[in-house]
Amino acid sequence: MVSRCPKQEPLALVQALVFGNKPVIPVEPSALRRYFMDYFFELFCSGLTRGAIYAMIALGYTMVYGIIGLINFAHGEIYMIGAFTSFLVATVLSIYGFPLAAIVVVTGISAAIWSSAYGYTVEKIAYKPLRHAPRLTPLISAIGMSILLQNYVLLAQTSDFLPFPKLIPEFAFMEPVAHIIGSSDLVILATTTLSMLLLTLFIKFTRLGKAMRATAQDKTMALLVGINVDRVISATFIVGSLLAAIGGLLIASHIGQINFAIGFIAGIKAFTAAVLGGIGSIPGAVLGSLILGLTESFATGYVSSDYEDVFAFSLLVLILIFKPSGLLGRADTGKV
Amino acid sequence: MKVTGPWKNLVILATAALALLLPAAAGAGETIKIGVAGAQSGDLASYGLPTVNAAKLVVDEVNARGGIQGKKVELLIEDDMCKPEHAINTATKLVSQGVDVVIGHICSGATKAALPIYREAGVTVISPSATSPELTQSGQYPNFFRTIASDDRQAQPEVEYVVNVLAAKKVAVIHDKGDYGKGLAEIARKLVQDSGKAEVVLFEGVTPGAVDYSAIVQKIKQSQADAVIFGGYHPEASKIVSMMRKKRMNTAFVSDDGVKDNTFIKVAGTDAEGVYATGPRDNSGNPLAQAAHAAHKKAYNTDPGAFYESAYAAVLALVNAMEKGGSTDMAVLGKALRTEKVDTPVGTIHFDDKGDAVGVGFAMYQVREGKFVEVK
Repeated sequence: MVSRCPKQEPLALVQALVFGNKPVIPVEPSALRRYFMDYFFELFCSGLTRGAIYAMIALGYTMVYGIIGLINFAHGEIYMIGAFTSFLVATVLSIYGFPLAAIVVVTGISAAIWSSAYGYTVEKIAYKPLRHAPRLTPLISAIGMSILLQNYVLLAQTSDFLPFPKLIPEFAFMEPVAHIIGSSDLVILATTTLSMLLLTLFIKFTRLGKAMRATAQDKTMALLVGINVDRVISATFIVGSLLAAIGGLLIASHIGQINFAIGFIAGIKAFTAAVLGGIGSIPGAVLGSLILGLTESFATGYVSSDYEDVFAFSLLVLILIFKPSGLLGRADTGKV
Repeated sequence: MKVTGPWKNLVILATAALALLLPAAAGAGETIKIGVAGAQSGDLASYGLPTVNAAKLVVDEVNARGGIQGKKVELLIEDDMCKPEHAINTATKLVSQGVDVVIGHICSGATKAALPIYREAGVTVISPSATSPELTQSGQYPNFFRTIASDDRQAQPEVEYVVNVLAAKKVAVIHDKGDYGKGLAEIARKLVQDSGKAEVVLFEGVTPGAVDYSAIVQKIKQSQADAVIFGGYHPEASKIVSMMRKKRMNTAFVSDDGVKDNTFIKVAGTDAEGVYATGPRDNSGNPLAQAAHAAHKKAYNTDPGAFYESAYAAVLALVNAMEKGGSTDMAVLGKALRTEKVDTPVGTIHFDDKGDAVGVGFAMYQVREGKFVEVK
């Protein structure tokens, strides 16, 4: 296709040179507007949803890291267990013909409780005995826990993909914009925003939240002023798992399918997002997730989905070169 | 040296044990060992397990009528989870156990990884499901045969359907970056371009397992494609189709036998309606296929799954070639497979010079009311 409009040339040229693709950019002015305005907005919405999905999981990573400096690789599996619990509860409840709202509430609560129990237990079994071990030891323990939980679900449940019931209804008022942004996208965005707000309030103003911040700053000092550090750490795991469970419920309903391996890629991406935003920082985790989601979406939309991960991780490398502690992370000066 | 005391008993015992081992070792040569390799666990287990059942049923029957030229047949079943790195271990293990021939592997990538090991060991391999064209067309694997048509023969009905029946002018070709999906997508792209009736407006790979495919779906919409050809497996296909329907797109979705699986309908639910997928031709009118299905129903009390018929045909072809050729040697067996026609559930087949079965093909199916129905 020979391009006639000078405006489009640089992008088309780059595309042709780098990727050998035929330029897909339209020529007529109205189509051009559609390409840059509407399409941009559609990709932006896709990116936001994707970012919000990462954020639900990234919050758990960042909280745990903030408190005990551990990258909890089993967190993706907690999300997966949340999705599986939701699947089982929702399926049973819909067999008995409960109304959708009741199903969502009961499913959400049971997934949150069940996942929190797993998060709590994982911490007690795999991390607490290693509290004073070198940093790498609990990391390996975390990877072990991740493999264990994955295979446990594989054996106890199934290796097949399971159809997840549509727990988020198609809202009538969303119909005019359904081709751009769906009802489940809206619910995920709203839930993520709400979770982040509640979490921030919780950390800022509650007694337990204050104890968490104190523990994050200096564990020994917190112990000296009478904070039960073990209990604070347990609470952190419980809150993180709870968020992951709600994420599992919403995301599985959005995608419509689950299997035992969904936690892996979601976990890796959320972890990347948490590092991008500055691991240990709650707003950072959300910011990092949104940036990662948007980058992936625009890379897919304007370049090629083949290069989606290339762009996402190049961005990560760039940010870490110029700001090693992430976008909103505190510089770790190291305790002497 | 004089052995006394408690040691004496031990030496006698050891000698006795050694003596016992000898006949066992000699006995091993009396059976023909058929390896069955493929995904038997993991995401794609539903593709590999029917092959195991088919092999068991045929082998039981062969053994009941006295084996092949008086030798009993023994199955060695190994799981590769459809992963190339596992397939190498699986193949090495089978070869070290002295396998004579292998049914498998299931996925193209895993098969490609395992084939050099079998070739070096002189083991003949028949796959019921690995459809990557290069496995036969590269000419690198004289020991490889398959009872399923290769992807280029699969891409052909796909593209013909899209271009002629659906009359699409703009086609988006999407794949999952895997050996199978990308290979098929590349052939489809070439066929669409060569047809001169439609243009390929999008050719892209998606990352399997990603949480959300809405960006690529927006891009498909932006490309104004009339039809999507997807090369890959059902988990990605159902996510992309659901997302397309969620965004109120009615673009035709045409895919391959990696999608023509009932799990796809189960997972995608109502979104699966109207999706096209190619799959091995319907053989329900073939009496051998009916018998094979009845045998499965009797033995396992369930309907067989994907690739059952082609796996059944693979074992039958192999048994026939071993009986006619009288050896499990690679060259003798290869010659017998190429010349001796055999009646199987997928029709009367033999193999061409490259190892592709002559007499099998693909048909187009569409999901209608929760079932794959053949469309003409």
